[in-house]
Amino acid sequence: MIRAENIFKSFDDNEVLKGISMEFLPGKTNLIIGRSGAGKTVFLKILVGLIIPTSGKVYYDDIDFFSLNKKQIREIRMQVGMLFQGSALFDSMTVEENIRFPLDMFSNMSLAEKRDRVNWCLERVNLPGVNDKYPSEISGGMQKRVGIARAIVLSPKYLFCDEPNSGLDPRTALLIDELIQDITYEHNITTIINTHDMNSVMEIGDNIAFLHQGRLAWRGNKDQVLETENEELKSFIFASPFLQRLRTQALAAKSRS
Amino acid sequence: MNFNLLYHFGRYIMLLRQAFSRPENWSMYWKETLRQMNDIGIGSIVIVALISVFMGAVAAVQFAYQLDGTLVPRWYIGYIVRDLAIIESAPTITCLVLAGKVGSNMAAELGGMRQKEHIDAMEIMGVNTANYLITPKVVAALVVIPLLVTLSAYIAIGGGYLATVPTGQITAEEYARGLRAFFIEFNVTMMYVKAFVFAFILTTVSCFQGYYVQGGSIELGKASTNAVVFSNILILLADYLLAVLLTS
Ligand SMILES: Nc1ncnc2c1ncn2[C@@H]1O[C@H](COP(=O)(O)OP(=O)(O)OP(=O)(O)O)[C@@H](O)[C@H]1O
Ligand SMILES: [Mg+2]
Repeated sequence: MIRAENIFKSFDDNEVLKGISMEFLPGKTNLIIGRSGAGKTVFLKILVGLIIPTSGKVYYDDIDFFSLNKKQIREIRMQVGMLFQGSALFDSMTVEENIRFPLDMFSNMSLAEKRDRVNWCLERVNLPGVNDKYPSEISGGMQKRVGIARAIVLSPKYLFCDEPNSGLDPRTALLIDELIQDITYEHNITTIINTHDMNSVMEIGDNIAFLHQGRLAWRGNKDQVLETENEELKSFIFASPFLQRLRTQALAAKSRS
Repeated sequence: MNFNLLYHFGRYIMLLRQAFSRPENWSMYWKETLRQMNDIGIGSIVIVALISVFMGAVAAVQFAYQLDGTLVPRWYIGYIVRDLAIIESAPTITCLVLAGKVGSNMAAELGGMRQKEHIDAMEIMGVNTANYLITPKVVAALVVIPLLVTLSAYIAIGGGYLATVPTGQITAEEYARGLRAFFIEFNVTMMYVKAFVFAFILTTVSCFQGYYVQGGSIELGKASTNAVVFSNILILLADYLLAVLLTS
C-alpha cells in the first residue's frame, strides 16, 4: 500500500500540486487521470522520490519514505518497477540487455535463467524476437513495451506506469492495459498508472483519481465515471460529441435494465 | 558561470561520498571499469603520442637555441628534455589534453543520461547511480592515465631525439649521455604522484559536471565546457601545490 499525505509542489511560482492526499491499495489498478500539464508525472515522480515535494509525506506500508536514508530508499526501490513517459531505455544497450539490466545488477541467476526471464517478459508484452535490436531501431510503441518488460522483470511489489499506452494503436493499447491488470491481480501489486486514455479508464479503472488544477477533483471507479455529475470530469472524459452520445446511450440502457 | 563556490564544493564532496561506497555487484562494476579503461586508454594513445613527440621536439629545439653561444655543453639537451618530460610536461600537459578529450566526453555522457532519464530509471531500480556510473570511470582513469603519462614521457624523449640528432645538432651519443646524466629517481615518483592526482581531478570534476546537468542541449554543452575549464584550472592549481610540497 502507498499513501500520499497532503502533497504540495511548486516550481518557482508555478503551483502544480496543491495538497493531494490519496491511498493506493495492492491488487488494484489505480489510475491517475487529468489534462496534459495537470501534474500527473510530477505526482508520480514524487511518489517514487525522484522529485522532492515542497511539503507533504509519502508512506510505503506505513514507512515514511522521505525520512529514510539513501540505503533504505534503495532497498524499497528494488521492489519498484517504473515505466517512464519517455520509456528511458538505455540507448547503448540492446533490448535484451536493457531488460536484463536489473537482473544483472540484483539477481544471482545464471545467464540462461536470465535469458529465459527476459524472453518471458518480452512475450508478455507481445514483442518476441527483438532481443538484439537497439532502442533506436524500434518504434516508440515498441520502446514503451520494452520499458514495461524492464519494469516487471524483477516481479515488483509496486508498479508505476506513466502513460503506458500513449502512442500505441488501440489494439496494442488494450493488450498493454490487460497485461498490467493481469500482473497486478496475479501478484497483488500496488499499481499506479498515469493516463489520459479513455479506454483505459473504462476498462481497467478500479480506482480512479482525477487531478484538476492541482487538486484531487474526483475519486471513484470505472462504473461511477459513467454516472458522474462532476462537470470537469465529464468534459475531460467525454470530450467529443461522439463520446457524449455513447455516454447517454449507456446510461439509458442502464436505467432500463 | 555560478561562483557560489562553497555550495558547489559541498555538492562535489557529497557526490564523491556517495560514489565511493561498496558496489552492489562486483562483476557489473568490473565490466564497466574494463570498458572505461578501453575508452580512456586505447582511445587516447594516438593523441597522447602525437602531443608528446612535439613536446619533446620543441623542448629540444628551443633549448638548443638557448644554448647557442654559451658555455653549457650541448649534451645537456638530453638531460633537459628528460627532466622536463618527467617532471612537468608528461603528467601536466597529458592530463590537460585528456581533460579536453576524456573529461568533456564523460560530462556529456553522464549529462545525456541525466537528461534522457536514464539515471532516474537506474535510481528507481535501486542502483546507487553515483557509485555505478562514476567509480568505474575514476578507477579506470587512475590505472590508465599513469600508463599514458609513462608513455608520454618516453615518447617526448624520443621526440627530442628526432628533433636534434637527425638534423645534426648533436650526435646520438651526446643525446644519450644527457639522458643518463644527473638522474634523480624522486622525479619519477613526482611524475606518478602528479598523474594520480590529475587523473582523479579530471574524472571526478567532469563526472560532477555531467551528473547534475539539467535543462537541454545548451546546458549539456555548458557542462561539457565547464568540465574541461574547471579540470584544467584545478589541475594547474594542484600542479603548483604539488611542486611546492614535493620539492621543499
Ligand atoms: N522540472 C520542472 N521544472 C519546472 N516546472 C515543471 C517541471 N516539471 C514539471 N513542471 C510543470 O509542472 C506541470 C505539470 O507537469 P506534468 O509533467 O506533471 O504534467 P502531466 O500531467 O504529466 O502532463 P502530460 O499528460 O502532458 O504528461 C507543468 O505545468 C509543468 O510546466
Ligand atoms: Mg506526464
